[in-house]
Amino acid sequence: MSIRGTEIKIQGLTHRYTPRSPVTFNRVDLESPSGEALAIIGRSGCGKSTLLHILAGILKPTEGRVLLDGKSVEAPSPRWVMMFQAPHLFPWMTVTQNVGVGLSFGRWSKKEIQERVTEAINLVELQDYAQKNTQDLSGGQQQRVALARSLVMEPELLLLDEPFSALDAFTRASLQKDVRSIAKRLGFNIVIVTHDIDEAVIMADRAVIMAGSPGSIVDEFEVDLPDPRDRADPVVQKLRAELMARFQSAVRAKGGVPAMEEEVQ
Amino acid sequence: MSSPVASSGGAVAAGWYKHPAVQQLGWAIAGISILVALWTLFGYYIAGNPKTQSFASFGFIPTMHAFPELWELGKLQSAVMVSTYRLGAGLAIAVAIGVPVGILMGRVKRFRELSNSPFQLLRMVSPLSWMPIAVYVYATWDGAIIFLIAMAAVWPVMFQTAAGLSKVDPAWFKVARNLGASSTQMLTRIIIPAITFDVLSGIRLALGVAWIVLVPAEYLGVTSGLGYAIQDARGTLSYHWLTAMVMTIGAIGYCLDSILVLLIKRFSWHRGG
Ligand SMILES: Nc1ncnc2c1ncn2[C@@H]1O[C@H](COP(=O)(O)OP(=O)(O)OP(=O)(O)O)[C@@H](O)[C@H]1O
Ligand SMILES: [Mg+2]
Repeated sequence: MSIRGTEIKIQGLTHRYTPRSPVTFNRVDLESPSGEALAIIGRSGCGKSTLLHILAGILKPTEGRVLLDGKSVEAPSPRWVMMFQAPHLFPWMTVTQNVGVGLSFGRWSKKEIQERVTEAINLVELQDYAQKNTQDLSGGQQQRVALARSLVMEPELLLLDEPFSALDAFTRASLQKDVRSIAKRLGFNIVIVTHDIDEAVIMADRAVIMAGSPGSIVDEFEVDLPDPRDRADPVVQKLRAELMARFQSAVRAKGGVPAMEEEVQ
Repeated sequence: MSSPVASSGGAVAAGWYKHPAVQQLGWAIAGISILVALWTLFGYYIAGNPKTQSFASFGFIPTMHAFPELWELGKLQSAVMVSTYRLGAGLAIAVAIGVPVGILMGRVKRFRELSNSPFQLLRMVSPLSWMPIAVYVYATWDGAIIFLIAMAAVWPVMFQTAAGLSKVDPAWFKVARNLGASSTQMLTRIIIPAITFDVLSGIRLALGVAWIVLVPAEYLGVTSGLGYAIQDARGTLSYHWLTAMVMTIGAIGYCLDSILVLLIKRFSWHRGG
């Protein structure tokens, strides 16, 4: 499997859910080069999920557009796959069937599907569970199945909406590392939405800070760290502290209440 | 799911009577035996009492004699065939209408809000009260009876389907669409497997209602079917034929229901249910 990334250009994106509801975010511009892992951090309700849904083509923006490699995103497509907080697996299918479901929607031969599914299952290290019912898997294993189900489509862009927040700390940490290393190895883009500063530091090449109401991107931060990243590493911790400080001052500058350390984790 | 007994081959051979399926069957046979024993006793009681002696053939033993007689005459086969045909056709219509409309109710909020009251109202009409209208509208008795069965059976199928769909995780649709599902694939690969359990539960309820409606519907004018056979037996004072027909109705209903229970087990992905 080798996947290329895509160049993301978000231009003047404005969204309101209904004509009468408040503007969720206003004139957001954002670019991300091919192969980058980008984190969007911000407090609850600032419009992160909304932005991600628009990127995935699930939601239409009120104004502005999203360009991927210069082409406007108009509808959902297996080329940009979104992963949610919960795995949302299909419980009447085995692990293998779940992973292969996207390919089975398209025009792939049985053999091709089988090969790619096996490869994806190996990638997330679930070989021993391939024929299991997904309901018999742990939360972390289920999220791995969801990851394999997305990766098997060989997307150019993986959109992650707080994908590990429902998992325990150990599972979360190992999945964060895994997703980053897989993305770097295969070359696809990641956009991850999170309110976990640690997650941004471990997974992203760059973090943008969203704040205010209506939300906008108020700051950005290069996460210039070598791989593999270990959160116990003093260099990682130092960068984490810096990002936290930047986040706090950005929120304060927007007139928001400065976030407590615990609140943002 | 798999019991510890079933998982080791040796244990199955040695303690086969401990197997849950065998035990279940054992209890079923014991229960039916008690019923038959009570019935036999009752038969002896009415046969021994001069006041009720003329009804002695209601007993279990005379009833057992009735089966070969009815079989010889071909009455049993034809009654069963005709009635199950009506039941099957009525149920098929109920499923053909109930499932799509139920899906629509579950998926489209406007339609659900619009249709809920009229459907609830129609559902509460006793199916047999459509009889005069059905007879007027349909040229044949078969048509009228099938209409009545469909009318009785459509509601459980429809409402269970809709309820099943409303329990479906809406993110499944988002995920499937994102992975490239067409609307047909969304229906056949996501919606239908997700709600098969509920549809089958609805059909099981529908079967119960339909089977209950069928017999009285056949009392009212037709000259074939199990309901008619009961009427006919009463008219000719062949009480053992009457009880044989009643038993047949019970046995067929029980078998059909058991088949659906098996299907529901087979197609259920719900855990602990
Ligand atoms: N379907 C919807 N209809 C109307 N308003 C919505 C809808 N979804 C979200 N909103 C509103 O839009 C704003 C942004 O929501 P969004 O879910 O994008 O926030 P978020 O940054 O992802 O928050 P969180 O971190 O809690 O997930 C919120 O004020 C929310 O109330
Ligand atoms: Mg969100």
